[in-house]
Amino acid sequence: MSKITMREAISQALMEEMDRDAAVFIMGEEVGVWGGTYAVTKGFYDKYGPARIKDTPIAENAIIGAAIGAAMVGQRPVAELMTINFAFSAMDYIVNQAAKLRYMFGGQFTLPLVIRAVGGGGRQLGATHSQTPDAIFAHFPGRRVVSPGTPEDAKGLLKTAIRSDDPILFIEHATMYQVRGEVPEGEYVIPIGKSKIQRAGRDLTIITYCKGLELSFKAAEELSKEGIEAEIVDLRTLRPLDMEPVLSSFMKTNRAIVVEEGWKSFGIGSEVASRIYEQAFDFVDAPILRVAQKEVPLPYNRTLEQAALPQVADITAAAREVLK
Amino acid sequence: MKKEVLLDLYYQMVLIRRVEERGAELYQQGRIGGFMHLYIGQEAVSTGLIAAREPRDRVITAYRDHGVATNCGISAKEVMAELLGKVTGTSKGKGGSMHMADTSKNMWGGHAIVGGHLPIASGFALGDQYAGNDNVTLCMFGDGATNIGYFHEALNLAKTWNLRVLWICENNQYGMGTAVERASAVTEIRQKAEGYGMKNGQVDGMDVMKVYSAAREAIDFVRKTSQPYLLEADTYRFRGHSMGDPERYRKAEEVKQWQENDPIGIFNKYLLDKKATTRKGLDEIEARVEIEVNQAVEFAEASPEPALEELFKDIYAE
Ligand SMILES: Cc1ncc(C[n+]2csc(CCOP(=O)(O)OP(=O)(O)O)c2C)c(N)n1
Ligand SMILES: [Mg+2]
Repeated sequence: MSKITMREAISQALMEEMDRDAAVFIMGEEVGVWGGTYAVTKGFYDKYGPARIKDTPIAENAIIGAAIGAAMVGQRPVAELMTINFAFSAMDYIVNQAAKLRYMFGGQFTLPLVIRAVGGGGRQLGATHSQTPDAIFAHFPGRRVVSPGTPEDAKGLLKTAIRSDDPILFIEHATMYQVRGEVPEGEYVIPIGKSKIQRAGRDLTIITYCKGLELSFKAAEELSKEGIEAEIVDLRTLRPLDMEPVLSSFMKTNRAIVVEEGWKSFGIGSEVASRIYEQAFDFVDAPILRVAQKEVPLPYNRTLEQAALPQVADITAAAREVLK
Repeated sequence: MKKEVLLDLYYQMVLIRRVEERGAELYQQGRIGGFMHLYIGQEAVSTGLIAAREPRDRVITAYRDHGVATNCGISAKEVMAELLGKVTGTSKGKGGSMHMADTSKNMWGGHAIVGGHLPIASGFALGDQYAGNDNVTLCMFGDGATNIGYFHEALNLAKTWNLRVLWICENNQYGMGTAVERASAVTEIRQKAEGYGMKNGQVDGMDVMKVYSAAREAIDFVRKTSQPYLLEADTYRFRGHSMGDPERYRKAEEVKQWQENDPIGIFNKYLLDKKATTRKGLDEIEARVEIEVNQAVEFAEASPEPALEELFKDIYAE
């Protein structure tokens, strides 16, 4: 095992897959000469050259649309959206085309496309640049949605995503590139569509993913000081949602909270909670609580922005509440 | 142009520069957050352009908006307060650097989605056309923004519907780290207007007098003919794309070469050559600006943060 950052993990996954398969190439804004807005593809341009590391015009529709076309004729593009907020500028391609073309044409072709996008708030970027709209994308069938919370998962899941014959949206978090974690030495992959217990506990289940995982780990440590042991289930993939570890944990703890950075209404927490109610109603000892972003666009002012985002204290408070 | 007007233009350009230099310091001290894009080097474009408008003409721009804000008559105090996220800022501290606006001064905002504000500009002109007035909308954007569909849809609509929009492309040679020729099929951006049968022109964006007269002519044309016009201003940003840009994509000599064409320097020389003022007169303007910037920082620092309830205000009108 070696300890690396999230940035290094993603970068390694991309490089290993590019070395393994010549059909893999990267396209997006500032991925080449600049080295990636978040420095994930630093050094790639020099190593692979402009044919495989493509700096695009600022044209999100063309980026995703052209990546879809290239994927349909046999290449394996990794298209980067500088931030997930710009996915809204390419919504037709992400929702109407990538997710539906294969189905509509009766499975005549595959669409091996990875869209990497950075999301998340907390950097004072204002309302249009700080969103965590993951749930919207998870809503549509036809495209998988992956959002890792540790370097190990990021690397293994991204490698699987690149090898997959289907379109996948891979969501990273802008404040997590420096997060460090152990990754296995050498080649490994992690299957998409598998949730994972990231921390064992007996008293309640915290279901979360991505940034929520970082916050939940901190919350669990604090709760532990009070003698409360939280079990943390990391969804890792939002579509398809793997409820198995969630349900088995819940059947043990009988109490759960769902933590996500996005807005609460119509969110990941709503989906997870209703599936628990549907599938494990007899095990429910307390209402399942959702910890999420306040229902406002994110403001620039730091204090206000932090007040709108879910915090560790919100998680510990919710945990105490379900244990009452 | 009258002497006072000329000197006011100079004052406006120096104000933009000093506000931003101070802003950069505050950013480095961690007192300004988020993204901050400096206009330094491009001051002549906005200053010449906005001097040519009537107050009823609307202005809309991208995130590189501090200078556009002060040119439209927003005070340095309000700009600085917004940068510091204070409730006295142009947008109550909710918008930050990229979202300065004062609609009472017909400054309709900095906008952070590249190209996103262009169809909205067509909409301003549509609203004005519908109301039966002949206001002109001045829509500013970068070279990079002309590669996104929004640009093309907005121009086509404006021409087809005879909307009064003056499109001003600030061609500063790069969109982030991508040089124009690496992202655009044509490097002369104004050619893109040809495809829509739209009148267009090009101007040296480092020379405020040239920008002013080109803008004057273009605005007159738009108002009289009810036709859009695209004006390309060649310019250069002296600083990085935003704070913290490592600038690996351009050479220091290139930046230096453009800096020799400093718009403030060019205008300074023009004013002295034309005997519009003396060296002392220019120094007095510098001194006035310095006081104004100091007062702006003091005002911003003394201003309160927005109250927590502000988080939930302004989401809906009702
Ligand atoms: C739709 C969209 N895509 C990408 C971005 C990220 N981005 C912000 S500014 C910028 C470069 C824009 O260049 P240009 O239009 O030339 O304006 P300049 O910054 O040079 O003034 C990019 C890619 C964005 N804000 N919006
Ligand atoms: Mg530019």
